[in-house]
Amino acid sequence: MNLRGIWAVFRKEFRENLRDRRTLLSAVVFGPILGPVLVAGLVQFGISHAEEQSDEDITVAVMHAERAPNLLAYLTARGVDFEKVSFDEVGARQAVAAQTHKIILDIPEDFGVRLQEGQPAPVVLFSDGSRGFDRRGVGRVRALISQYGIEIAQLRFLARGIDPISVLPISVQEIDVSTPSSRSVLVLNMMTYLVLLSMLFGGLYLAIDATAGERERGSLEVLLTSPVPREHLIYGKIYAAAAYMLISLVLTVVMFSVSMSFVGLEQLGITANLGAGAATKLVACCAPLIIFGAAYLSIVSGFAKSYREAQTYLGLVITIPTLPLMFAGMLGLQAKLGLMFVPFLSQHLLMTTVVRAEPIEPTFVAVSVVSTVIYGVLLMYVAGRLYRREALLG
Amino acid sequence: MLEARGLCKSFGKVTAVRSVSFAARDGQITGLLGPNGAGKSTTLRMLYTVLKPDKGDALIDGRSVIAEPLAARRSIGVLSHGAGVYNHLTARENITYFGELHGMSREDREARAAELVELLEMQPFADRLAKGFSQGQKLKTALARSLVHRPKNVLLDEPTNGLDVMAVRGLRKLLAQLRDAGHCVLFSSHVMQEVEQLCDEVVVIAGGQVVAAGTLADIRARGGDKLEDAFVALMEPGEPQPEAKE
Repeated sequence: MNLRGIWAVFRKEFRENLRDRRTLLSAVVFGPILGPVLVAGLVQFGISHAEEQSDEDITVAVMHAERAPNLLAYLTARGVDFEKVSFDEVGARQAVAAQTHKIILDIPEDFGVRLQEGQPAPVVLFSDGSRGFDRRGVGRVRALISQYGIEIAQLRFLARGIDPISVLPISVQEIDVSTPSSRSVLVLNMMTYLVLLSMLFGGLYLAIDATAGERERGSLEVLLTSPVPREHLIYGKIYAAAAYMLISLVLTVVMFSVSMSFVGLEQLGITANLGAGAATKLVACCAPLIIFGAAYLSIVSGFAKSYREAQTYLGLVITIPTLPLMFAGMLGLQAKLGLMFVPFLSQHLLMTTVVRAEPIEPTFVAVSVVSTVIYGVLLMYVAGRLYRREALLG
Repeated sequence: MLEARGLCKSFGKVTAVRSVSFAARDGQITGLLGPNGAGKSTTLRMLYTVLKPDKGDALIDGRSVIAEPLAARRSIGVLSHGAGVYNHLTARENITYFGELHGMSREDREARAAELVELLEMQPFADRLAKGFSQGQKLKTALARSLVHRPKNVLLDEPTNGLDVMAVRGLRKLLAQLRDAGHCVLFSSHVMQEVEQLCDEVVVIAGGQVVAAGTLADIRARGGDKLEDAFVALMEPGEPQPEAKE
């Protein structure tokens, strides 16, 4: 087989698109820079906010503070500040909704009386559950109040000659087994998604330009009169798109590696395994997907009648391969042999394993690589068939 | 030498070309004349191997476009309708790209590109990106591209469309040069004057069929002194055919 034509087309497409600002921006700027900066920014925001939260003193607004001096003294001793307010119930709701007060504690009138009579004594805690960052403060106040209740109960049992230990039949001991690395995956799941998407975007405009674009400009017809088998023409174009995807992939992974090293992940209890070794493995995991992706995009835009039409199709179509990733995120899928046959998903799972710094199963890697390469070759064949059709000229 | 032998082509229910036969000889300019939608472009596209005939065959220097399309393509240079060039390549790169596709060595294609730049007087814009070229500059680039591999046969689809007077004159001069160098030149047009000024032989196509063929003198003899009169006379006997979409 004479591969001269493939090489000629590859070089021309590569060079021509190097001069096209749109292709270049999407290959080396959008994915590789915006993705990592976005994730690093989110993580950084999360860190600084979490730090603020833990240092912050909890301030509780209290209605009718005079009705429960002991409870308030108990809370004060444990780092909760007070501010006396006088609202009715409606006013309290509005104040919390408007965030003038984050937490409001209401002591009902009969609180003291019921407590003395040994009846359950209610207190009311107003807070806004939709404000995620404030929930921990509410949790702390609630825990302190129940702790106060338990201590009163224990005193009562003691007064009646019962060992207070016997009324606490179960004690829960919480052990959090998430290692710093595995916790980081929650944050970095988003990263693998962005790596794959950025890789696809790297070849997107070249794929459109080389197929639908070439037809629209009217140079396709003359190209088809050159003595190069038609499938070789599209192979050259697919390889050129693949080259841009590879550049995009490598840049994106490198940028993630660099940007994450600047973010103080350790403070979140996270160590992202994203050194040079891990980055190389990430690229190697995704590399087999490049031919698949390039052929996939070229086929779709090969069907489009114009550049704009191809853009519209691809805007939708580019998200399809990444759908399994969203399911994986929702279902918490773990790497399994069967899933290694699914392109994009298998790469996502392998990357997750690398980032978690867990051992990689060689058979998983083999299945992922071989199956993805086979799909890629099949798609190349389909693209070749597409270019043999007369309808290609539209 | 180009030969069309009973070429037929339909697109769905529309018959664009029904049995077209003619020959275009070396050292001559042959004009394919006909109204819009007569089937000129479809005929040319079958000759330059982009479309496959439903029936019939075409021979390029004796090679069948159906049986040996790659071999046939080596000896044709094509200027397609619209003449699109690559905007992000320079005129020279547009030319050498096709030289490469035709398997020419780097030295060979670069020398040939320089030759064509001179021949077509493209020096002022040869090394500029084709983005922003005028219609005439684009056409020259596309023409040079089609000639880079020194094809024996040159096929041009409505080459003068959208060109100003000077560009048309330049093109005419070039086609005459090609003829004098022994090339077989075939071009399509719906402009009578153009055909009259340039062609040695004319093939008149209407409704997907050849209605007349021969030298200018032959055609005139059949309908009147001026080619235009002859053309109108040829169109009239049959009812106007439904326009074929190409």
